[in-house]
Amino acid sequence: MSAHDEMIGQSERPQGVLARFAAFRENKPHIFLLLLMMAVALLMMDPRTWVLLTISGLAMGAMVFLMASGMTLTFGLMNVLNLAHGAFISLGAFAGASVLVWLSSQASEPSLLINLAAILPALGFALVVAGLLGLVFERLVIKPVYGDHLKQILVTVGGSIIIMELIHVVWGPNEIPVPRPEALTGAFLLPEALPVIGGVALEKYRLIAVVLGLAIYGLMTWIIERTRVGILIRAGVESREMVEVQGYRIRLLFLGVFVAGSALAGLGGAMWAMYREIITAHMGDELMISVIVVIILGGLGSIKGCFYGAVLVGLINLYVGYLEPRLAAVATVGLMVGVLMWRPQGLIPVIKV
Amino acid sequence: MAESILSLSGVRADIDQYHILHGVDLEVPAGELTVLLGRNGAGKSTTLRTIMGLTTVTDGKVRFRGEDITGQPTPRIARKGIAFVPENMGIFSLLTVRENMVLAAVDGPMDPARLDWVFDLFPPLKKFWNRAAGNLSGGQKQMLAIARAIIEPRELLLVDEPTKGLAPAIINDLAGAFEQLKQQQVTVLLVEQNFNFSRRLGQSAAVMNDGGVVWSGQMTELADNDDLQHELLGLGLGEHQ
Repeated sequence: MSAHDEMIGQSERPQGVLARFAAFRENKPHIFLLLLMMAVALLMMDPRTWVLLTISGLAMGAMVFLMASGMTLTFGLMNVLNLAHGAFISLGAFAGASVLVWLSSQASEPSLLINLAAILPALGFALVVAGLLGLVFERLVIKPVYGDHLKQILVTVGGSIIIMELIHVVWGPNEIPVPRPEALTGAFLLPEALPVIGGVALEKYRLIAVVLGLAIYGLMTWIIERTRVGILIRAGVESREMVEVQGYRIRLLFLGVFVAGSALAGLGGAMWAMYREIITAHMGDELMISVIVVIILGGLGSIKGCFYGAVLVGLINLYVGYLEPRLAAVATVGLMVGVLMWRPQGLIPVIKV
Repeated sequence: MAESILSLSGVRADIDQYHILHGVDLEVPAGELTVLLGRNGAGKSTTLRTIMGLTTVTDGKVRFRGEDITGQPTPRIARKGIAFVPENMGIFSLLTVRENMVLAAVDGPMDPARLDWVFDLFPPLKKFWNRAAGNLSGGQKQMLAIARAIIEPRELLLVDEPTKGLAPAIINDLAGAFEQLKQQQVTVLLVEQNFNFSRRLGQSAAVMNDGGVVWSGQMTELADNDDLQHELLGLGLGEHQ
């Protein structure tokens, strides 16, 4: 082979691969970014640490997804900026924690089945309380300010302060410790026989959070993609007026989505409470930073984007927190800035027509 | 003239600070195709939007089958059996053709026989059934928009300029579809600038100018009278063809 042929050969082959790579990057930006982040992290740390951090990151992502999914839908469908979303997270956490404390005898038994008799009511109560508050909040606070972002911001920030103060009134101003049910404490040990990652201890609760997050993501995707309500939601994101012209009461759909979104925020809050084992009324405000980053980088109104955004935020938090703890908070916002510079509409934009 | 299914009396409507309709009086006879003609800006589209409750009525009454529907919310008006195909067609471009149709069938699953009839009218819809509606051509989008309006039997169809921007062959297809609807005695109120299309389909006609109806009667009266066309529409058939 002459030097000339060799040059052609070298320049052509990478071109094909590069083109395919570029196509993958553009068509599946969420998967590209996820793989890139995981691969870079793997190069920078011991594989055992990497597995541990990845599972933890996925768990955090799953919980943030629960909290963020409602807000992305309210924004995408109703064009409503609900900055009180964090207060629903806090409320869910307190509601869930109260049930856990109340059922502490069941929660402290070593049997998972008996534990479930405390966990399920706790999560269910968080879901219902946050959902009911969502119902009242939409009628009372959001309804008068549809279509006006400035008023929405002012009025929901005000509402958020009121809810958090009410939490202080009901549960007191102090931090509250949350007993994590016995069966959810401790860790699974990966078998020693596994190459490279054998013997890594994976916290049970994080694995369960990942499973629950995936299950709810699957359920939401199914509802949005396959059911009539889901079709209506997608249609409403595109044109509210035409949904009404077809004979559907979009206000009712809005209300339903708002209540569901609030309920999910409450569920996420209750799970976060069991994860952190300590809660404050302002925990929702702190989580709102992650939530807002997630919905912006995922693409406003997109459930899929929200899911991947949450996983990316969870992973970068854990990876950077391990490598350089002081940069962990910067990394989340840095990720958002980077993604927006690359794709200003977010990873999976929902196009408004 | 047949009994009217829809009647507007003295309807006034504003968009922002502009007065668009200054007392529209209009009767739409049941079982006929009525064409609403008029220059750009005469208020034709606003009249349709006002009937649907999309523009607020400031004065006057809209009656449907004798019932006052003025000021009722749009979904309730739609459920009374009025379908509306807006000028921009209003299809959901991110949804598939099938999903668009599923939503249009508000009363539940689509009737297979009726769907077959719609497919016969508009074969491309069958072909692109599971494709995103946004990828359809302009004519196919219009077919979908009309198909949505007729997938369930409706009392009244309001259609805003279906021929706008379409190629003559496709306009001909659409005219064929409207002919069939006429045969089935579906009541249609059609806003149309294309006079040949209107003349071919219209049974009754109304002409709007400056926010009011200035003439109404049988389509043949208007079609056969060049002077009247000149006076009302600023065109004669001779020049137009």
